[in-house]
Amino acid sequence: MGEFFIILISAVLVNNFVLARFLGICPFLGVSKKTDTALGMGMAVIFVMTLASIFTNLIHNLVLIPYHLEFLQIVTFILVIASLVQLVETVLRKLSPALYHALGIYLPLITTNCAILGLALLNVIKQYDLTRCIVFGLGAGLGFTLALLIMSGIRERLQFADVPKPLRGVPITLIVAGLLSMAFMGFSGLVKM
Amino acid sequence: MQSSTLLALIALGALGLLFSAGLAYASRKFAVEEDPRVIQILDVLAGANCGACGYPGCRAFAEAVVEGKAPISACTPGGTESTSKIAKIMEMEAEEGEYVPQVAVVRCRGGFKEARTLFQYYGLQDCAAAQLAAGGSKACAYGCLGLGSCVRVCPFEALTMGDNGLPLVDDKRCTGCGLCVSACPRGIIQLIPRSAQVYLACVSQERGKKVKAVCSVGCIGCGLCSKPKVTPSGAITMADSLPVIDYTKGAGELVVAVHKCPTNSFVDKIVHRPWVSIDTKCDGCGICKEICPVDAIEGEQSHQHKVITNKCIGCGICVPKCPLAAISIQGALGYTEER
Repeated sequence: MGEFFIILISAVLVNNFVLARFLGICPFLGVSKKTDTALGMGMAVIFVMTLASIFTNLIHNLVLIPYHLEFLQIVTFILVIASLVQLVETVLRKLSPALYHALGIYLPLITTNCAILGLALLNVIKQYDLTRCIVFGLGAGLGFTLALLIMSGIRERLQFADVPKPLRGVPITLIVAGLLSMAFMGFSGLVKM
Repeated sequence: MQSSTLLALIALGALGLLFSAGLAYASRKFAVEEDPRVIQILDVLAGANCGACGYPGCRAFAEAVVEGKAPISACTPGGTESTSKIAKIMEMEAEEGEYVPQVAVVRCRGGFKEARTLFQYYGLQDCAAAQLAAGGSKACAYGCLGLGSCVRVCPFEALTMGDNGLPLVDDKRCTGCGLCVSACPRGIIQLIPRSAQVYLACVSQERGKKVKAVCSVGCIGCGLCSKPKVTPSGAITMADSLPVIDYTKGAGELVVAVHKCPTNSFVDKIVHRPWVSIDTKCDGCGICKEICPVDAIEGEQSHQHKVITNKCIGCGICVPKCPLAAISIQGALGYTEER
């Protein structure tokens, strides 16, 4: 149990996907203008990450390893993730229109996100078993959501700040992202793995 | 080496086949039937996603129409054209006359020159924010703050900020969606019928001296325009200290009101009105001379009357009154720009 907790904390804070591993920067900058949309995106990412880590783990252990096809990792994982998201979208639309509308455009958006692929590859590198994969995927999603929420909160405040003209818009966003990343470096001693 | 390549091909191909079969099955099994009318309606809407209908985007509106929740005439940018097309798709009768094309007007003329300012405002360049900061920099508590919140909210670029610090409406681009109306913290912008030519450009609830002290073009609430002498049909009535225009009544009288207003608070969208002329059919009955609100007609009884052109304001009130149809308006209405 303790190990699961450590995996979770390390994925959320210490090795935060966005702020420490620099994965998924595109949605981090793209959909962090409003807290609402950031939350929607975050939820979709948690959802997909958890599912993706389960399925990539299964495919990796049941197909790639027995046939010594580990070099096909990347392409297989992308295939798995893309199909999975598509499937989830179709099913959700039928079974839970409310959730489908809540996740909205973000679900298909994250299909080919590098954070998801990174998660799948990290699962392999770290040689996690299925349960650890799920915990790690959940933690990664939570960490992504946390980063996105913090960023969107700051950017909402930034709207009312007196930013020097040359820095308005994207430049100040990048500076904020950098500062945020440095702040998260403070967690680096939290977990020793 | 050979076998691993083959194996890779087979494995990937098999996975792809498996997934696509799964997806194909899922898309059949979990197909969601959508009313084809939603797409059809979406096609005939203005497509600006402006939200004037009260729904988040055109699609949501189209869905609401199909479900029968939204009135088919709610798309203001689309206007009557959209409404009649939706009616066709929904196989409903378009209710004629329900929709009057409207256009936004800025009901304040107090720009930099006319209206006094109390202080220099350096805060966030947004009207709502300025309103919170001691009620804005304008001395008039009702006047336009001139920070352009309405200009920014307009999805059709129909509003621009004029040199005088007041927003200008481009009638051609304005669809009457009303987003600017709700964006203005002071409620200065109003939607009026597109056919209307005159509006009162002041919303100040103050009277007389208090208005004069802060603005040279503010309505002082004297009520002259509502007098029967100016508007006999009752096109203008006083509500507290502000005149209210009823656009269903005499348009010519409104032109008179524009000219009679001592503070010049009305705006006539038609900047140059042509004057009337009296032809030789005139037998000098004197009716027109009597009813002319600006005494622009002269002439002795039983002799052909004449129009004093520099006095005539082109209101056209005399034209239908002439028993011999001897009066006509010469020339076209002169708008500020081509339409």
